[in-house]
Amino acid sequence: MRVGLDIGSTTIKCVVLDEAETIRYSTYERHFSHIVEKSEELLRRIAEQFGDCAELAISGSAGMGMADSVGVPFVQEVFATRVAANRLAPGTDCIIELGGEDAKILFLTGGSEVRMNGSCAGGTGAFIDQMATLLKMSADEMDTAAKQAEKTYTIASRCGVFAKSDVQPLINQGARTADIAASIYHAVVNQTIAGLAQGRPITGNVLYLGGPLTFSGCLRKCFDEALGVIGTCPENSLLFVALGAAFYADRTSNLTEVADRLHQRGASETYRSQPPLFDNQEQYEAFLARHAKASVPRMPFGADYAAPVHIGIDSGSTTVKVVVIDEEQRILFTDYRPNLGNPVPLIRSVLQQLYDEHPALHVASVTTTGYGEDLAKAAFHADYGVVETVAHFTAARHFLPQVDFIIDIGGQDMKCFKIDQGAISNIFLNEACSSGCGSFLQTFAQALGYEVKEFAKLGLFADRPVDLGSRCTVFMNSSVKQAQKDGASIANISAGLSISVVKNAIYKVIRASSPEALGRNIVVQGGTFYNEAVLRAFEKEMGVDVIRPDIAGLMGAYGAALYGQGKAASGQVSSLLDRKALAAFRQETRSEICGKCGNNCQLTINTFADGETFISGNRCDRPVTGEADSGALNLYAYKRKLILSYKPSENRRGKIGLPLCLNFWELLPFWHTFFTKLGFAVYHSPLSSRDLYLKGQGTIPSDTACFPAKLAHGHVQFLSRLGLDAIFYPCMTYNIDEGLSDNHYNCPVVAYYPEVIAGNCPEIKTTKFIYDYVGIHRPKDFTKKIHAILRRDFPDIGKEEVRRAADAAYAEYANHMALVRKEGARIIDQARAEGRRIIVLAGRPYHVDPEINHGIDTLITRSGAAVVTEDAVSNRVDKFPTTVLNQWTYHARLYAAARYCCTQKDMDLVHLVSFGCGVDAITSDETQEILLSGGKLYTQLKIDEITNLGAVRIRLRSLFAALEEQDEKEA
Amino acid sequence: MEQEYTNYPRFTPEMKKTHKILIPNMAPVQFQLLAASMEQQGYTCELLENCGSEVCELGLKYVHNDTCYPALLVIGQFLDALNSGKYDLDHTALIITQTGGGCRASNYIHLLRKALVKAGYGQVPVVSLNFSGLEKDSGFPMTMPFMRKLLSYIYYGDLLVALRAQTEPYETKKGAAKAAQEKWLDILCDKIHHDRSWSMREMKKLMPQMAADFAAIPVNRVPKVKVGVVGEIYVKYSPLGNNDLEQFLASQDCEVNLPGLMGFVQYCIYNYSETARLYGGNFLQRHGSDWLLRGIENTETLLIRTLKQHGFHAPLPFRELVKLSKGIIGMGNKMGEGWLLTCEMIELVQAGYENIVCAQPFGCLPNHICGKGMINKIRELYPTANITPIDYDPSATRVNQENRIKLMLAVGRERLTERPVH
Repeated sequence: MRVGLDIGSTTIKCVVLDEAETIRYSTYERHFSHIVEKSEELLRRIAEQFGDCAELAISGSAGMGMADSVGVPFVQEVFATRVAANRLAPGTDCIIELGGEDAKILFLTGGSEVRMNGSCAGGTGAFIDQMATLLKMSADEMDTAAKQAEKTYTIASRCGVFAKSDVQPLINQGARTADIAASIYHAVVNQTIAGLAQGRPITGNVLYLGGPLTFSGCLRKCFDEALGVIGTCPENSLLFVALGAAFYADRTSNLTEVADRLHQRGASETYRSQPPLFDNQEQYEAFLARHAKASVPRMPFGADYAAPVHIGIDSGSTTVKVVVIDEEQRILFTDYRPNLGNPVPLIRSVLQQLYDEHPALHVASVTTTGYGEDLAKAAFHADYGVVETVAHFTAARHFLPQVDFIIDIGGQDMKCFKIDQGAISNIFLNEACSSGCGSFLQTFAQALGYEVKEFAKLGLFADRPVDLGSRCTVFMNSSVKQAQKDGASIANISAGLSISVVKNAIYKVIRASSPEALGRNIVVQGGTFYNEAVLRAFEKEMGVDVIRPDIAGLMGAYGAALYGQGKAASGQVSSLLDRKALAAFRQETRSEICGKCGNNCQLTINTFADGETFISGNRCDRPVTGEADSGALNLYAYKRKLILSYKPSENRRGKIGLPLCLNFWELLPFWHTFFTKLGFAVYHSPLSSRDLYLKGQGTIPSDTACFPAKLAHGHVQFLSRLGLDAIFYPCMTYNIDEGLSDNHYNCPVVAYYPEVIAGNCPEIKTTKFIYDYVGIHRPKDFTKKIHAILRRDFPDIGKEEVRRAADAAYAEYANHMALVRKEGARIIDQARAEGRRIIVLAGRPYHVDPEINHGIDTLITRSGAAVVTEDAVSNRVDKFPTTVLNQWTYHARLYAAARYCCTQKDMDLVHLVSFGCGVDAITSDETQEILLSGGKLYTQLKIDEITNLGAVRIRLRSLFAALEEQDEKEA
Repeated sequence: MEQEYTNYPRFTPEMKKTHKILIPNMAPVQFQLLAASMEQQGYTCELLENCGSEVCELGLKYVHNDTCYPALLVIGQFLDALNSGKYDLDHTALIITQTGGGCRASNYIHLLRKALVKAGYGQVPVVSLNFSGLEKDSGFPMTMPFMRKLLSYIYYGDLLVALRAQTEPYETKKGAAKAAQEKWLDILCDKIHHDRSWSMREMKKLMPQMAADFAAIPVNRVPKVKVGVVGEIYVKYSPLGNNDLEQFLASQDCEVNLPGLMGFVQYCIYNYSETARLYGGNFLQRHGSDWLLRGIENTETLLIRTLKQHGFHAPLPFRELVKLSKGIIGMGNKMGEGWLLTCEMIELVQAGYENIVCAQPFGCLPNHICGKGMINKIRELYPTANITPIDYDPSATRVNQENRIKLMLAVGRERLTERPVH
C-alpha cells in the first residue's frame, strides 16, 4: 500500500494506492489551519481502514518541516506533480497548477523546467477566495457569474493586495459583478503567464491542476484563450501532488506511529512569539473602563422629531455608514453595515427608513464622504461632498479639540494626520502594499470559520502571540501558514494578526519610531479599532494611552455630518431627494469605452431615475463635459507633445528604432537627432498602453522590477515588428552631470535594463539590437566611442560625420531642456496671474508616460492647479548639501525641486514613486525632510500597474484641503 | 532637524585610542581575520555576533521599510548592540563599508547616521570603509601596506571557507572540518596580532599547510548535490541575512560552493579602469586596475595551486572569470555585484555546481538585471543550469524560501541519480 499526503496552504489531500496503483481511498478537504491535528486524524483513519504498514511520503508547502520532524520522506510538491504527470498523463507538454497560495508551471518536454511564483505574487486560490469574499459570493457562484460577463476591466495582476485596490473601487462604482468576476480570472491568468512563463511559450498538451483550475471552468477558459490552446483538466486533478508523493514513497512507515509522533509534535510550539496583549483579567478590565469614558452624547430620535438634522454618509470601501445629528451635534441615529457590493441600494434603504420612521423629518444638509462620495452625492442629490481625510479630522477635532495625532484604520485604508496648531500639518496614507489590513482580519476570520468579533476576542488572552512581521497581507498570510505549521494556536494567530495590523500602521504608514513623534493627544478611529486586540496592540506598541471614541467606526460619517452642519445656512433645506423621488429611485449601470481619445478609458455609467448620470473611470472631463483638457497648464502634456513630435525623416542609411521607455523619455531628442543626422530614418515606439504592456509581459524575468522598466519589453516588441535595421537602446551607467549632485549615475534599472531585454526577449533574435555601454557625460569621448560601436554594424560611417551628428545631438538635447524650462516658466506665470496653485509633480522623465502616471497630471489640472515637472524648476537652485549621498541625476532634480518649492508660497511638491523603486526608499525620506524643514507638506503617490485613481484622488484632495486650511489660518 | 543630521560626529584620529569600533558581521570567516588585523593596527574592535528577531525589528523601526534588507539588518544589528548596555556609548564607534557605486548601498552610512540620531545615539561616530575617497573626514585611514595585508587575510579567509565547504559534507567523523577551520582561524588571528602571516613567503608556507590539514580529514566522497550560492554580497554571505542558507543546504545533504570574497574586491578594482575604457579616461585610469590586479595575481595563483594540489576544486583565476561574460553581459554592468554575479553563475555551472541559489534582498535593483535578468540567457547556453532566485526580506518566510530551494534540490537530486557515476 502506498500513501501520499499533500498538505497545502488551505487544504489537505490524501490518496491510498494499492499494489496495482489504483486509488483505494482519496480525500480533499480544507484544514482550517489545524494542520497537525488533521494530518494525524487522517493517518489514523487510513490505518484503521487499510492497516498500519504503508509506503508513505508527505508533500505540500505546509508539510515541509512537519515531514522531517516525524521522519517521513518529503517530496517537494512541484516535483511530485511531475512524477504524477509522467505516470498518469504521458504526452503532456506543460502543466499549469494553481494552489492555495502558489502558482506553478512545469514544462515537461523540450528541456524540462519547473517554476514557482516568487514571493511577491498572487494569482492563486487564496486570492480568488479573497476576491469572492469581496464580491459576497462563494467561489462557485463567482465562476457562474463570470460566465455572464460582457466585458473585462483591467485589474492589477501584481498581487492580491494590488488587485484588491482595483476591485474594491469597481464594486463601489457599481460595476457589474459578472464583469468583475471575469476580470479577476483574467488577472489570474495574466499574473501566472507573466510571472512564470517568462518568455517561454506554453504550447502543446496543457494540463490544468489544482483547486482553482478544477473548480472554475471560466478560469480554464481564460487560460485557453490567453494561451491559444485547449487544455485539459484530468481526472483527480486535485490529487496529483498527493499521487506523486505516493508514487515517490520509497520507505515503509507505520502509520499509527507517525500519527503518534505528530500528536506529540502538535503539543510543541516553536514559532517566533511576542508578549501577550493582556497579562491578566484586571488589566483587561481597567482597559475597558478607561475606553468606556470616550463617548459622544446621544439624543432620542422619536417619530415626531421635527428639528433640523444633518446627515453624514460615509460610503467606505467595505462598509456604508450613516450618522444623523441634531443642531447641537448630538447623535440621533447611526447605521453601520457591510457594503454588499453596491452601496447605492443600501444608502437608499437607510434614507427610506429615516423618511418612514420620522414623518416630520427636516433634513438641513446631507454630506457624503468616502470612496463612494461622488456616486452617493450624485445619486441622492446630497448637498456636499467632503474628502474623507477632512471628514475624519473634523470628527476627531470635535471630539478632542487639542488632538495632535489621528490614526484611522478602516477596512482598506489607513489614514494618519499630524495636527499642528489646529491644522493638518502632515498626512500619511498607506500605499497599496499595506492596504487591506482591516478587511484582511475579517476575511481571515471568516476563512477559519469565525465571526471577526469572536476571532478577535480569542486573541485577547493568547499567551504567545505569533510574530507575523509587518509587510503586506499576502506575506502575513504566508507567515501565518508557517506559524500554523509550527503549532501556533488559533488564539495566538488571532493576537498576532492584530499586532501585525498595528505594526503595519506604525512602521509602514506613519513611520514613527517613538510615541513622541506622534504627539500626546492621539485619537484612534476606524472600524478596525472596535477590535480590542488591535486597540490594545497599538497602545502597547507605542507605549501610550490613546482615545478611541465609542463611534470609532462612524467617525467619517459623523465628521461629514458636522461638516454639513458647519456649511449649512440656518433654516436650510437639503437638496436630498424627497420622499417621492426616493421611492421612485432607480439605478442602472452599464459600462462602455469612452473612445473620445486615445486613452480609451473604461467608463462605468450610472443612470438614475431622474435621468441624471454619474460617470466614473474617466481620466479627463471629456466624457462628462464633452470638452477636452487644453493642457495649457500642464507641463506633462507639453513634454509629451515635444517628445511625440520627433518623426522619422528620409532614410539614407537604414532604419533605426528607439524604444520610448525609461530614459528615452528624456534622451529621445538627443538620439533621434544623432541618428537622423547620420542619415537614418528614426522610428520610436508609441506611448505605452495596456495592450503594449501585455504584449511584452511574457518575457519579464523579474516581476518585482518597477512598472516603467517592465514596459520596455512591450516597446521592444513593438519596434521588432517594424522591419528595422536595428533597435538602439544603450546601457548608460552615467547620466548627464547637471552639477546638482556628488555623482551623476542612473539608477541600476535605468542604467542596465537593455541587458535584460537582450537576455530575455526573443524579438531581438530577428532584429539587430545595439545595447552597448555608452556615456554621454563626456562629449569628446562619446564621439570616439559611439563611432567605434556603430562602425561594427555600419562600416561606412565616418568619424567626422559622427562628430557633427553628436554636436547636433547635444545641441538638440540642450534645446529640448530649455524648451521644457521655458514652458514651465510660462505655466508658472500664467498660474500666478490666474491665482492658481502650482504643483511640482516630481518623478522621473518617464513618469510623463500616461500609462505610467495613469493620468495623475490631468487629475491635478482638473482640480484647478497647474502642473510642472521637477526638471522645470530644479535648475533654479544651486547645489546644496543633503543628508544622503546625492548621486543620481534624476533624483538630484527631485531634491532641488523640493528645495525650490520651500521658497515659493504657492508651489507644492507631489512625489511620484513607482512601486519597486528601491532608490525611492532613500529619496522619499530625504525629500520629505527637505519639504518639512521648509514648512511644506509632503505628498507621495505610489503608482504601479494599478489604474484606479481612487486613493490618489483622496490623497490629492486631502493635500488641497490641508493647503486651503493653512491659507485660511494665515488669512 | 537638518542640523542634527549634518553635524554628525566625525571619527577623528584620536578616537583610535579611545573608541571601540563595532564591526557588522557579513562574512563570518573573512571578517574575523579583518577584525584581527584592525586590532593589530592599534584599534580596539569587536565583530558583532548579535542576531535574533530584535535586530530586524530595530531595523524596521528606524529605517525606511522599503530599504533593502541588508541595510535594515546591519543598522538593526548596530542599534541592538548599542541598546545592549555592553558598550560605553561615548567611546564606541561603528564601521560600515561604502562602495560608492550607483546602487543604494552607497547610502547605507547616511541611513545609519539618521537612524542613530533618531534612536538617541547621535554621539556615536560612524567610520566609512571605502576605497573611493568618500567621507574624507570620517574615512578609515587606508595605507598601502595595510591594504596589502587585508588582501592577504581575505585570501586566507576564502581558502578556509572553500576547504571546509568541500570537506565537511563528506567527512566520516562529523565536526572534523569545522574543527580544522576553527583551529586555523585561531592560528591566523594569533599570527595577525603579531603582524605576521601576510607576506608572500609566509603565505606560501601556511596555505599548503592548511590545505594539507583538510585533505587529511577522512572522507567518503559519495556523489552529492552540488549547490553554488551567488547573490547580493550581504545576503550571500551573512547567515543573519539569508536565514542560515549554508546550514540549511548542508542539512539537505549538499555540497555548497560560496565563491570567495576576493572576487568582489577584484571586481571593484577591475571596474575602475573598465569605466575609463568604456567612457574615456587618461592612461593611468585606463590601466591602473590592470597593474593592481597583476599585483595580487601571485597570491591568487598560490591559492588556486594550493587547492588543486591537495585535490580540491579551485575557482577560476580572475582573468579567466572575466572572459566568461562574453556574449552574456557587458563588463560595464558595475552596480551592485553586476557582471561578477553573472560570471560566477557561469563558472559554477561549468564547474559542476549547476544547482544555484541566487540570493538577493527583495527588490534588489542590480539583481533584476545581473541575477534574475540573466538566468534565461545562461539556461539557453547551459541547459543543465538549475538556478533559483530567492528573495530575502524581513517578512519573507523561511518556509517559502526553503520550499523553492527544495524544488531546485529535487531537480538536482534527480539528475544526480540519472547521471552515470564516474
